[in-house]
Amino acid sequence: MTPEAILFFVFGGLAVLGALNLILQRHPIHSALSLILVMASLAVLYLLLGAEFIAAIQVIVYAGAIMVLFVFVIMLLNAGEEERTNLSRTAKYLGVPLGGLLLIELAYLVYWGSPHTVVQPDRFVGRTGLVGELLFKDFVLPFELTSILILIAILGAIVLAKKEL
Amino acid sequence: MTDWITGHPALLVTILKIVVMLFLLLTAVAYAVWFERKLIAHIQSRWGPYRVGPHGLLQPLADGLKFFFKEDIMLGTVTSRFIYLLAPFLAVTLALLAVAVVPFGPGEFSLFGTRSGLYIADINIGVLFILAVTSLGVYSIALAGWSSNSKYPLIGGLRSSAQMISYELALTFSVIGVLLLGGSLSLRELIAAQAGHWGGVVPRWFLFPQFVAFVCFFVSSVAEANRLPFDLPEAETELVAGFHTEYSSIKFAMFFIAEYAHLFTASFLVTILFLGGWLSPFPETGAWAATHFLPPVVTAGLAVVFFRGVFRLREMWHRALMGVIGLGLLAVAGLLLAQPALLEVVQGPFWFLGKTALLLFCMIWIRGTLPRFRYDQLMAFGWKFLVPVAVLNVVVTSFLVAWQGRG
Repeated sequence: MTPEAILFFVFGGLAVLGALNLILQRHPIHSALSLILVMASLAVLYLLLGAEFIAAIQVIVYAGAIMVLFVFVIMLLNAGEEERTNLSRTAKYLGVPLGGLLLIELAYLVYWGSPHTVVQPDRFVGRTGLVGELLFKDFVLPFELTSILILIAILGAIVLAKKEL
Repeated sequence: MTDWITGHPALLVTILKIVVMLFLLLTAVAYAVWFERKLIAHIQSRWGPYRVGPHGLLQPLADGLKFFFKEDIMLGTVTSRFIYLLAPFLAVTLALLAVAVVPFGPGEFSLFGTRSGLYIADINIGVLFILAVTSLGVYSIALAGWSSNSKYPLIGGLRSSAQMISYELALTFSVIGVLLLGGSLSLRELIAAQAGHWGGVVPRWFLFPQFVAFVCFFVSSVAEANRLPFDLPEAETELVAGFHTEYSSIKFAMFFIAEYAHLFTASFLVTILFLGGWLSPFPETGAWAATHFLPPVVTAGLAVVFFRGVFRLREMWHRALMGVIGLGLLAVAGLLLAQPALLEVVQGPFWFLGKTALLLFCMIWIRGTLPRFRYDQLMAFGWKFLVPVAVLNVVVTSFLVAWQGRG
Protein backbone atom coordinates (compact mmCIF):
# COMPACT_ATOMS: atom_id res chain seq x y z
CA MET A 1 0.00 0.00 0.00
CA THR A 2 1.22 3.48 -0.76
CA PRO A 3 1.56 5.97 2.12
CA GLU A 4 -1.37 7.90 0.63
CA ALA A 5 -3.61 4.84 0.78
CA ILE A 6 -2.62 4.15 4.39
CA LEU A 7 -3.36 7.76 5.33
CA PHE A 8 -6.69 7.58 3.49
CA PHE A 9 -7.81 4.49 5.38
CA VAL A 10 -6.60 5.80 8.75
CA PHE A 11 -8.34 9.17 8.45
CA GLY A 12 -11.37 7.81 6.60
CA GLY A 13 -11.78 5.32 9.45
CA LEU A 14 -11.34 8.08 12.02
CA ALA A 15 -14.03 10.14 10.30
CA VAL A 16 -16.48 7.23 10.35
CA LEU A 17 -15.66 6.37 13.98
CA GLY A 18 -16.02 10.01 14.98
CA ALA A 19 -19.38 10.24 13.23
CA LEU A 20 -20.62 7.08 14.98
CA ASN A 21 -19.36 8.34 18.33
CA LEU A 22 -21.13 11.64 17.69
CA ILE A 23 -24.49 9.86 17.57
CA LEU A 24 -23.83 7.29 20.28
CA GLN A 25 -22.38 9.59 22.95
CA ARG A 26 -24.88 10.82 25.49
CA HIS A 27 -23.07 13.94 26.57
CA PRO A 28 -23.27 16.95 24.20
CA ILE A 29 -19.60 17.93 24.77
CA HIS A 30 -18.41 14.48 23.74
CA SER A 31 -20.61 14.64 20.66
CA ALA A 32 -19.21 18.08 19.78
CA LEU A 33 -15.64 16.80 20.18
CA SER A 34 -16.43 13.83 17.93
CA LEU A 35 -17.73 16.24 15.31
CA ILE A 36 -14.44 18.17 15.51
CA LEU A 37 -12.61 14.88 14.93
CA VAL A 38 -14.78 14.27 11.85
CA MET A 39 -14.02 17.77 10.52
CA ALA A 40 -10.28 17.36 11.06
CA SER A 41 -10.25 13.93 9.38
CA LEU A 42 -12.16 15.36 6.42
CA ALA A 43 -9.55 18.11 6.17
CA VAL A 44 -6.83 15.45 5.91
CA LEU A 45 -8.83 13.68 3.17
CA TYR A 46 -9.04 16.97 1.24
CA LEU A 47 -5.30 17.32 1.70
CA LEU A 48 -4.79 13.85 0.19
CA LEU A 49 -6.81 14.98 -2.84
CA GLY A 50 -4.39 17.90 -3.24
CA ALA A 51 -6.87 20.58 -2.16
CA GLU A 52 -4.65 22.27 0.41
CA PHE A 53 -6.66 25.48 0.49
CA ILE A 54 -9.98 23.71 1.08
CA ALA A 55 -8.37 21.61 3.81
CA ALA A 56 -7.07 24.66 5.67
CA ILE A 57 -10.38 26.50 5.30
CA GLN A 58 -12.20 23.39 6.54
CA VAL A 59 -10.16 23.46 9.75
CA ILE A 60 -10.31 27.25 10.21
CA VAL A 61 -14.03 27.66 9.55
CA TYR A 62 -15.60 24.45 10.85
CA ALA A 63 -13.23 23.19 13.53
CA GLY A 64 -11.86 26.60 14.52
CA ALA A 65 -14.95 28.81 14.46
CA ILE A 66 -18.28 27.03 14.17
CA MET A 67 -17.50 24.21 16.58
CA VAL A 68 -16.07 26.71 19.08
CA LEU A 69 -19.53 28.32 19.10
CA PHE A 70 -21.12 24.88 19.63
CA VAL A 71 -18.84 24.14 22.56
CA PHE A 72 -19.39 27.66 23.90
CA VAL A 73 -23.16 27.26 23.88
CA ILE A 74 -23.00 23.78 25.46
CA MET A 75 -20.78 25.15 28.21
CA LEU A 76 -22.91 28.27 28.70
CA LEU A 77 -26.14 26.28 29.04
CA ASN A 78 -24.32 23.63 31.07
CA ALA A 79 -26.22 20.96 29.14
CA GLY A 80 -26.28 17.65 30.98
CA GLU A 81 -26.46 14.11 29.67
CA GLU A 82 -29.29 13.28 27.34
CA GLU A 83 -31.85 10.70 28.23
CA ARG A 84 -32.31 7.75 25.94
CA THR A 85 -35.88 7.39 24.70
CA ASN A 86 -37.49 4.88 22.41
CA LEU A 87 -38.01 5.75 18.77
CA SER A 88 -40.97 8.01 18.20
CA ARG A 89 -43.67 6.83 15.81
CA THR A 90 -42.58 9.27 13.07
CA ALA A 91 -39.00 8.12 13.38
CA LYS A 92 -39.99 4.46 13.29
CA TYR A 93 -42.29 4.54 10.26
CA LEU A 94 -40.81 7.45 8.27
CA GLY A 95 -37.25 8.07 9.43
CA VAL A 96 -35.81 4.58 9.36
CA PRO A 97 -37.11 3.64 5.87
CA LEU A 98 -36.05 7.02 4.42
CA GLY A 99 -32.61 6.67 5.99
CA GLY A 100 -32.30 3.21 4.50
CA LEU A 101 -33.38 4.55 1.12
CA LEU A 102 -30.71 7.25 1.27
CA LEU A 103 -28.09 4.64 2.10
CA ILE A 104 -29.14 2.46 -0.86
CA GLU A 105 -29.13 5.50 -3.10
CA LEU A 106 -25.58 6.43 -2.02
CA ALA A 107 -24.37 2.88 -2.46
CA TYR A 108 -25.91 2.76 -5.93
CA LEU A 109 -24.28 6.04 -6.92
CA VAL A 110 -20.89 4.98 -5.63
CA TYR A 111 -20.88 1.54 -7.28
CA TRP A 112 -22.92 1.81 -10.46
CA GLY A 113 -24.40 5.25 -10.94
CA SER A 114 -21.74 7.84 -11.67
CA PRO A 115 -18.87 7.12 -14.01
CA HIS A 116 -15.63 6.89 -12.09
CA THR A 117 -14.10 10.30 -12.43
CA VAL A 118 -10.43 10.55 -11.68
CA VAL A 119 -9.56 13.63 -9.67
CA GLN A 120 -6.54 15.46 -10.96
CA PRO A 121 -4.69 16.19 -7.74
CA ASP A 122 -2.38 18.76 -9.34
CA ARG A 123 -5.18 21.02 -10.44
CA PHE A 124 -5.59 22.91 -7.19
CA VAL A 125 -2.18 22.57 -5.56
CA GLY A 126 -0.93 25.98 -4.51
CA ARG A 127 -3.42 27.73 -6.76
CA THR A 128 -5.87 29.49 -4.51
CA GLY A 129 -6.81 31.74 -7.43
CA LEU A 130 -8.61 28.82 -9.11
CA VAL A 131 -10.96 28.48 -6.15
CA GLY A 132 -11.74 32.18 -6.38
CA GLU A 133 -12.30 32.01 -10.12
CA LEU A 134 -14.73 29.10 -9.78
CA LEU A 135 -16.52 30.83 -6.92
CA PHE A 136 -16.90 34.24 -8.57
CA LYS A 137 -17.33 33.24 -12.22
CA ASP A 138 -18.92 29.82 -12.68
CA PHE A 139 -20.78 29.62 -9.37
CA VAL A 140 -21.45 33.28 -8.70
CA LEU A 141 -25.23 32.89 -8.44
CA PRO A 142 -25.21 30.13 -5.79
CA PHE A 143 -22.48 32.04 -3.97
CA GLU A 144 -24.50 35.26 -3.82
CA LEU A 145 -27.69 33.39 -2.90
CA THR A 146 -25.86 31.74 0.01
CA SER A 147 -24.62 35.15 1.15
CA ILE A 148 -28.18 36.50 1.17
CA LEU A 149 -29.36 33.42 3.04
CA ILE A 150 -26.70 33.93 5.71
CA LEU A 151 -27.58 37.64 5.93
CA ILE A 152 -31.23 36.75 6.52
CA ALA A 153 -30.18 34.28 9.21
CA ILE A 154 -28.11 36.97 10.94
CA LEU A 155 -31.03 39.43 10.81
CA GLY A 156 -33.33 36.75 12.20
CA ALA A 157 -30.94 36.06 15.06
CA ILE A 158 -30.75 39.76 15.92
CA VAL A 159 -34.55 40.12 15.86
CA LEU A 160 -34.96 37.08 18.13
CA ALA A 161 -32.27 38.31 20.51
CA LYS A 162 -33.81 41.82 20.69
CA LYS A 163 -37.20 40.36 21.59
CA GLU A 164 -35.69 38.82 24.71
CA LEU A 165 -34.27 42.09 26.00
CA MET B 1 16.55 -1.13 9.70
CA THR B 2 19.76 0.49 8.43
CA ASP B 3 18.62 -0.14 4.85
CA TRP B 4 15.38 1.58 5.55
CA ILE B 5 17.16 4.57 7.09
CA THR B 6 19.55 5.00 4.17
CA GLY B 7 16.57 4.58 1.84
CA HIS B 8 14.66 7.48 3.38
CA PRO B 9 17.22 10.24 3.99
CA ALA B 10 14.60 13.00 3.70
CA LEU B 11 12.51 11.43 6.47
CA LEU B 12 15.57 11.08 8.70
CA VAL B 13 16.57 14.71 8.15
CA THR B 14 13.03 15.84 8.98
CA ILE B 15 12.94 13.85 12.21
CA LEU B 16 16.32 15.26 13.16
CA LYS B 17 15.09 18.79 12.43
CA ILE B 18 11.98 18.22 14.56
CA VAL B 19 14.09 17.03 17.51
CA VAL B 20 16.50 19.96 17.26
CA MET B 21 13.62 22.42 16.81
CA LEU B 22 11.72 21.04 19.82
CA PHE B 23 14.83 21.30 21.99
CA LEU B 24 15.54 24.86 20.88
CA LEU B 25 11.93 25.97 21.19
CA LEU B 26 11.40 24.51 24.66
CA THR B 27 14.64 26.08 25.87
CA ALA B 28 13.61 29.38 24.31
CA VAL B 29 10.22 29.10 26.05
CA ALA B 30 11.90 28.48 29.41
CA TYR B 31 14.16 31.49 28.95
CA ALA B 32 11.30 33.64 27.67
CA VAL B 33 9.73 33.11 31.11
CA TRP B 34 12.98 34.23 32.73
CA PHE B 35 13.21 37.22 30.37
CA GLU B 36 9.63 38.21 31.12
CA ARG B 37 10.02 37.96 34.89
CA LYS B 38 13.26 39.94 34.75
CA LEU B 39 11.86 42.63 32.46
CA ILE B 40 8.58 43.05 34.36
CA ALA B 41 10.58 43.25 37.58
CA HIS B 42 12.78 46.02 36.21
CA ILE B 43 9.73 47.88 34.87
CA GLN B 44 8.30 47.73 38.40
CA SER B 45 11.64 48.65 40.09
CA ARG B 46 12.29 45.16 41.45
CA TRP B 47 15.17 42.74 40.88
CA GLY B 48 13.26 39.70 39.70
CA PRO B 49 14.80 36.21 39.93
CA TYR B 50 18.28 36.62 41.43
CA ARG B 51 19.01 33.61 43.64
CA VAL B 52 19.39 30.62 41.33
CA GLY B 53 22.56 31.18 39.36
CA PRO B 54 23.95 34.56 38.31
CA HIS B 55 21.06 36.99 37.67
CA GLY B 56 18.70 34.06 38.14
CA LEU B 57 19.90 32.50 34.88
CA LEU B 58 19.28 28.96 36.17
CA GLN B 59 15.78 29.81 37.43
CA PRO B 60 14.04 28.14 34.41
CA LEU B 61 15.87 24.90 35.23
CA ALA B 62 14.79 25.09 38.88
CA ASP B 63 11.20 25.87 37.80
CA GLY B 64 11.18 22.91 35.45
CA LEU B 65 12.41 20.51 38.15
CA LYS B 66 9.85 21.89 40.57
CA PHE B 67 7.02 21.28 38.08
CA PHE B 68 8.10 17.65 37.74
CA PHE B 69 8.36 16.93 41.46
CA LYS B 70 5.19 18.67 42.65
CA GLU B 71 2.30 16.45 43.64
CA ASP B 72 -0.05 15.84 40.75
CA ILE B 73 -3.55 16.37 42.11
CA MET B 74 -6.65 15.39 40.19
CA LEU B 75 -9.87 15.96 42.05
CA GLY B 76 -12.51 13.27 41.86
CA THR B 77 -15.07 15.89 40.94
CA VAL B 78 -13.86 16.45 37.37
CA THR B 79 -16.65 16.18 34.82
CA SER B 80 -14.76 13.89 32.48
CA ARG B 81 -11.32 12.45 33.16
CA PHE B 82 -10.61 12.01 29.46
CA ILE B 83 -11.30 15.65 28.59
CA TYR B 84 -9.56 16.88 31.74
CA LEU B 85 -6.38 15.09 30.65
CA LEU B 86 -6.84 15.90 26.96
CA ALA B 87 -6.91 19.67 27.51
CA PRO B 88 -3.26 20.33 28.54
CA PHE B 89 -2.03 17.77 26.01
CA LEU B 90 -3.97 19.52 23.23
CA ALA B 91 -2.69 22.92 24.37
CA VAL B 92 0.98 22.03 24.16
CA THR B 93 0.66 19.98 20.94
CA LEU B 94 -1.14 22.69 19.00
CA ALA B 95 1.15 25.43 20.29
CA LEU B 96 4.27 23.54 19.17
CA LEU B 97 2.75 22.37 15.87
CA ALA B 98 2.47 25.90 14.48
CA VAL B 99 6.26 26.31 14.46
CA ALA B 100 6.61 23.44 11.97
CA VAL B 101 6.07 25.68 8.93
CA VAL B 102 8.08 28.72 10.05
CA PRO B 103 11.07 29.36 7.74
CA PHE B 104 14.00 30.81 9.70
CA GLY B 105 16.25 31.69 6.79
CA PRO B 106 16.81 31.39 3.05
CA GLY B 107 19.91 29.23 3.51
CA GLU B 108 20.09 25.57 2.56
CA PHE B 109 22.29 22.80 3.86
CA SER B 110 23.16 19.29 2.79
CA LEU B 111 22.72 16.36 5.17
CA PHE B 112 22.74 12.61 4.41
CA GLY B 113 22.75 13.48 0.71
CA THR B 114 19.53 15.51 0.72
CA ARG B 115 19.29 19.26 0.51
CA SER B 116 17.02 20.93 2.97
CA GLY B 117 16.37 24.39 4.35
CA LEU B 118 15.98 26.08 7.70
CA TYR B 119 12.41 24.93 8.23
CA ILE B 120 10.67 21.68 9.11
CA ALA B 121 8.02 21.76 6.39
CA ASP B 122 7.66 24.10 3.43
CA ILE B 123 3.99 24.06 2.44
CA ASN B 124 2.09 26.22 -0.01
CA ILE B 125 -0.45 27.37 2.54
CA GLY B 126 1.83 28.19 5.47
CA VAL B 127 -0.20 31.22 6.58
CA LEU B 128 -3.45 29.25 6.63
CA PHE B 129 -1.77 26.35 8.45
CA ILE B 130 -0.64 28.59 11.29
CA LEU B 131 -4.05 30.31 11.47
CA ALA B 132 -5.82 26.92 11.51
CA VAL B 133 -3.61 25.46 14.23
CA THR B 134 -3.81 28.53 16.46
CA SER B 135 -7.58 28.72 15.99
CA LEU B 136 -7.85 25.20 17.41
CA GLY B 137 -5.94 26.27 20.53
CA VAL B 138 -9.11 27.67 22.08
CA TYR B 139 -10.43 24.14 22.69
CA SER B 140 -7.72 23.37 25.20
CA ILE B 141 -8.73 26.38 27.30
CA ALA B 142 -12.48 25.89 26.89
CA LEU B 143 -12.30 22.17 27.67
CA ALA B 144 -9.97 22.68 30.63
CA GLY B 145 -12.44 25.19 32.04
CA TRP B 146 -15.42 22.96 31.47
CA SER B 147 -13.99 19.63 32.63
CA SER B 148 -12.62 21.05 35.90
CA ASN B 149 -16.23 21.24 37.15
CA SER B 150 -15.53 24.33 39.19
CA LYS B 151 -16.82 27.90 38.99
CA TYR B 152 -13.71 29.93 38.23
CA PRO B 153 -12.29 27.68 35.51
CA LEU B 154 -15.70 27.55 33.81
CA ILE B 155 -15.96 31.34 33.72
CA GLY B 156 -12.38 31.50 32.43
CA GLY B 157 -13.13 28.97 29.69
CA LEU B 158 -16.28 30.81 28.62
CA ARG B 159 -14.51 34.16 28.50
CA SER B 160 -11.70 32.62 26.50
CA SER B 161 -14.03 31.13 23.86
CA ALA B 162 -15.88 34.42 23.41
CA GLN B 163 -12.63 36.38 23.22
CA MET B 164 -10.97 34.01 20.75
CA ILE B 165 -13.96 34.04 18.39
CA SER B 166 -14.08 37.84 18.48
CA TYR B 167 -10.41 38.52 17.91
CA GLU B 168 -9.86 35.76 15.37
CA LEU B 169 -11.98 37.72 12.91
CA ALA B 170 -9.79 40.81 13.18
CA LEU B 171 -6.67 38.63 13.04
CA THR B 172 -7.71 36.87 9.83
CA PHE B 173 -8.98 40.02 8.13
CA SER B 174 -5.76 41.90 8.81
CA VAL B 175 -3.75 39.10 7.15
CA ILE B 176 -5.74 39.47 3.91
CA GLY B 177 -4.17 42.85 3.08
CA VAL B 178 -0.70 41.31 3.25
CA LEU B 179 -1.78 38.32 1.15
CA LEU B 180 -3.15 40.69 -1.53
CA LEU B 181 0.18 42.53 -1.74
CA GLY B 182 2.29 39.38 -1.53
CA GLY B 183 0.13 37.35 -3.91
CA SER B 184 0.83 34.05 -2.17
CA LEU B 185 -0.06 31.93 0.84
CA SER B 186 3.45 30.50 1.17
CA LEU B 187 5.48 32.04 3.98
CA ARG B 188 8.70 31.87 1.96
CA GLU B 189 7.15 33.63 -1.02
CA LEU B 190 5.61 36.28 1.22
CA ILE B 191 9.05 37.06 2.64
CA ALA B 192 10.58 37.08 -0.84
CA ALA B 193 7.94 39.62 -1.92
CA GLN B 194 9.26 42.04 0.71
CA ALA B 195 12.84 42.13 -0.64
CA GLY B 196 14.36 45.41 -1.82
CA HIS B 197 14.35 49.00 -0.60
CA TRP B 198 12.39 52.15 -1.41
CA GLY B 199 14.79 54.89 -2.46
CA GLY B 200 17.65 52.59 -1.56
CA VAL B 201 17.08 53.09 2.19
CA VAL B 202 13.64 52.11 3.49
CA PRO B 203 13.08 48.34 3.33
CA ARG B 204 10.04 47.25 1.27
CA TRP B 205 8.42 45.53 4.22
CA PHE B 206 4.65 45.20 4.38
CA LEU B 207 4.84 47.10 7.67
CA PHE B 208 4.76 50.44 5.81
CA PRO B 209 1.98 49.96 3.21
CA GLN B 210 -0.02 47.80 5.65
CA PHE B 211 0.54 49.72 8.87
CA VAL B 212 -3.15 49.59 9.85
CA ALA B 213 -3.18 45.82 9.31
CA PHE B 214 0.02 45.54 11.37
CA VAL B 215 -1.56 47.28 14.35
CA CYS B 216 -4.75 45.17 14.07
CA PHE B 217 -2.76 41.97 13.72
CA PHE B 218 -0.43 42.71 16.60
CA VAL B 219 -3.26 43.63 18.98
CA SER B 220 -5.34 40.61 17.99
CA SER B 221 -2.44 38.21 18.33
CA VAL B 222 -1.76 39.50 21.85
CA ALA B 223 -5.46 38.87 22.53
CA GLU B 224 -5.29 35.39 20.98
CA ALA B 225 -2.35 34.55 23.24
CA ASN B 226 -4.52 35.53 26.25
CA ARG B 227 -1.99 37.99 27.57
CA LEU B 228 -2.40 41.25 29.40
CA PRO B 229 -4.28 43.50 28.70
CA PHE B 230 -6.47 40.71 27.30
CA ASP B 231 -5.88 38.03 29.95
CA LEU B 232 -9.49 37.90 31.20
CA PRO B 233 -9.57 34.07 30.90
CA GLU B 234 -7.05 33.87 33.74
CA ALA B 235 -7.60 37.20 35.47
CA GLU B 236 -6.00 36.37 38.82
CA THR B 237 -7.74 39.12 40.77
CA GLU B 238 -11.19 37.76 39.91
CA LEU B 239 -10.83 34.13 38.85
CA VAL B 240 -7.96 32.80 41.04
CA ALA B 241 -6.07 31.41 38.01
CA GLY B 242 -8.88 31.14 35.47
CA PHE B 243 -9.09 28.05 33.32
CA HIS B 244 -6.10 26.27 34.86
CA THR B 245 -7.08 26.73 38.51
CA GLU B 246 -7.66 22.98 39.00
CA TYR B 247 -4.45 21.86 37.28
CA SER B 248 -1.24 21.13 39.12
CA SER B 249 2.28 19.90 38.56
CA ILE B 250 3.32 19.03 35.00
CA LYS B 251 -0.21 19.48 33.63
CA PHE B 252 -0.10 23.10 34.73
CA ALA B 253 3.36 23.41 33.21
CA MET B 254 1.95 22.24 29.87
CA PHE B 255 -0.49 25.16 29.81
CA PHE B 256 2.39 27.41 30.76
CA ILE B 257 4.58 26.12 27.91
CA ALA B 258 1.66 26.46 25.48
CA GLU B 259 1.09 30.09 26.43
CA TYR B 260 4.69 31.06 25.84
CA ALA B 261 4.93 28.99 22.65
CA HIS B 262 1.89 30.96 21.41
CA LEU B 263 3.83 34.11 22.17
CA PHE B 264 6.66 32.87 19.97
CA THR B 265 4.29 31.85 17.18
CA ALA B 266 2.66 35.27 17.24
CA SER B 267 6.06 36.98 17.07
CA PHE B 268 7.20 34.69 14.24
CA LEU B 269 4.05 35.44 12.25
CA VAL B 270 4.31 39.22 12.72
CA THR B 271 7.98 39.03 11.69
CA ILE B 272 7.15 37.08 8.53
CA LEU B 273 4.07 39.04 7.48
CA PHE B 274 5.11 42.60 8.31
CA LEU B 275 8.81 42.82 9.12
CA GLY B 276 10.30 41.01 6.14
CA GLY B 277 11.15 37.73 7.93
CA TRP B 278 14.80 36.89 7.49
CA LEU B 279 15.57 39.94 5.29
CA SER B 280 18.11 42.43 6.58
CA PRO B 281 16.75 45.97 7.10
CA PHE B 282 19.87 47.36 5.43
CA PRO B 283 20.64 47.47 1.68
CA GLU B 284 23.34 45.15 0.37
CA THR B 285 25.21 47.80 -1.57
CA GLY B 286 28.03 50.23 -0.77
CA ALA B 287 29.03 50.92 2.80
CA TRP B 288 25.88 49.08 3.98
CA ALA B 289 27.62 45.78 3.17
CA ALA B 290 29.48 46.21 6.48
CA THR B 291 26.20 45.26 8.25
CA HIS B 292 26.97 41.75 7.04
CA PHE B 293 29.30 41.46 10.02
CA LEU B 294 26.63 42.36 12.56
CA PRO B 295 26.04 38.76 13.79
CA PRO B 296 29.64 38.23 15.06
CA VAL B 297 29.77 41.81 16.40
CA VAL B 298 26.53 41.35 18.37
CA THR B 299 27.72 37.96 19.69
CA ALA B 300 31.02 39.53 20.80
CA GLY B 301 29.06 42.37 22.45
CA LEU B 302 27.02 39.83 24.40
CA ALA B 303 30.26 38.14 25.43
CA VAL B 304 31.48 41.46 26.85
CA VAL B 305 28.27 41.77 28.88
CA PHE B 306 28.90 38.31 30.36
CA PHE B 307 32.58 39.10 31.06
CA ARG B 308 31.47 42.15 33.07
CA GLY B 309 29.69 39.72 35.38
CA VAL B 310 32.99 37.93 36.04
CA PHE B 311 34.27 40.99 37.87
CA ARG B 312 31.03 42.13 39.47
CA LEU B 313 29.32 39.08 40.94
CA ARG B 314 29.95 37.96 44.49
CA GLU B 315 29.92 34.17 44.36
CA MET B 316 32.83 32.36 42.73
CA TRP B 317 30.78 29.82 40.75
CA HIS B 318 28.57 32.60 39.39
CA ARG B 319 31.72 34.32 38.13
CA ALA B 320 33.00 31.09 36.59
CA LEU B 321 29.67 30.43 34.85
CA MET B 322 29.55 33.92 33.38
CA GLY B 323 33.15 33.53 32.19
CA VAL B 324 32.45 30.20 30.50
CA ILE B 325 29.32 31.53 28.72
CA GLY B 326 31.29 34.63 27.66
CA LEU B 327 34.13 32.51 26.26
CA GLY B 328 31.61 30.33 24.42
CA LEU B 329 29.99 33.38 22.80
CA LEU B 330 33.42 34.76 21.88
CA ALA B 331 34.30 31.44 20.26
CA VAL B 332 31.07 31.56 18.23
CA ALA B 333 31.88 35.11 17.10
CA GLY B 334 35.38 34.02 16.06
CA LEU B 335 34.02 31.01 14.17
CA LEU B 336 31.57 33.26 12.27
CA LEU B 337 34.41 35.60 11.28
CA ALA B 338 36.65 32.73 10.22
CA GLN B 339 34.02 30.92 8.11
CA PRO B 340 32.40 33.20 5.49
CA ALA B 341 30.06 30.39 4.38
CA LEU B 342 28.75 30.00 7.94
CA LEU B 343 28.33 33.78 8.24
CA GLU B 344 26.21 33.67 5.09
CA VAL B 345 23.90 30.97 6.48
CA VAL B 346 23.57 32.77 9.82
CA GLN B 347 22.39 36.07 8.28
CA GLY B 348 18.77 34.90 7.83
CA PRO B 349 18.21 33.41 11.30
CA PHE B 350 20.06 36.36 12.87
CA TRP B 351 17.63 38.95 11.53
CA PHE B 352 14.62 36.68 11.94
CA LEU B 353 15.34 35.96 15.59
CA GLY B 354 16.41 39.56 16.20
CA LYS B 355 13.03 40.84 15.02
CA THR B 356 11.25 38.13 17.00
CA ALA B 357 13.13 39.14 20.15
CA LEU B 358 12.16 42.78 19.58
CA LEU B 359 8.47 41.83 19.26
CA LEU B 360 8.71 39.62 22.35
CA PHE B 361 10.17 42.58 24.22
CA CYS B 362 7.26 44.76 23.05
CA MET B 363 4.68 42.19 24.20
CA ILE B 364 6.25 41.95 27.65
CA TRP B 365 6.53 45.74 27.75
CA ILE B 366 2.80 45.99 27.02
CA ARG B 367 2.12 43.55 29.84
CA GLY B 368 4.20 45.62 32.22
CA THR B 369 2.51 48.86 31.24
CA LEU B 370 -1.20 48.40 30.57
CA PRO B 371 -3.98 47.48 33.00
CA ARG B 372 -6.48 44.76 32.18
CA PHE B 373 -9.55 45.52 30.05
CA ARG B 374 -13.02 45.26 31.48
CA TYR B 375 -15.02 42.52 29.73
CA ASP B 376 -17.42 44.88 27.92
CA GLN B 377 -14.50 47.10 26.85
CA LEU B 378 -12.78 44.02 25.43
CA MET B 379 -15.82 43.05 23.35
CA ALA B 380 -16.53 46.62 22.22
CA PHE B 381 -12.90 47.15 21.20
CA GLY B 382 -12.82 43.91 19.22
CA TRP B 383 -16.16 44.18 17.42
CA LYS B 384 -16.65 47.94 17.10
CA PHE B 385 -13.10 49.01 16.37
CA LEU B 386 -10.69 46.25 15.28
CA VAL B 387 -13.02 44.29 12.97
CA PRO B 388 -14.37 47.33 11.04
CA VAL B 389 -10.88 48.80 10.68
CA ALA B 390 -9.48 45.48 9.44
CA VAL B 391 -12.34 45.07 6.92
CA LEU B 392 -11.86 48.65 5.71
CA ASN B 393 -8.17 47.92 5.25
CA VAL B 394 -9.01 44.89 3.10
CA VAL B 395 -11.38 46.96 0.91
CA VAL B 396 -8.92 49.83 0.44
CA THR B 397 -6.00 47.49 -0.25
CA SER B 398 -7.94 45.45 -2.81
CA PHE B 399 -9.00 48.62 -4.65
CA LEU B 400 -5.42 49.88 -4.71
CA VAL B 401 -4.07 46.52 -5.89
CA ALA B 402 -6.73 46.31 -8.63
CA TRP B 403 -6.03 49.92 -9.64
CA GLN B 404 -2.34 49.20 -10.03
CA GLY B 405 -3.28 46.22 -12.18
CA ARG B 406 -1.34 43.76 -10.10
CA GLY B 407 -4.26 41.57 -9.13
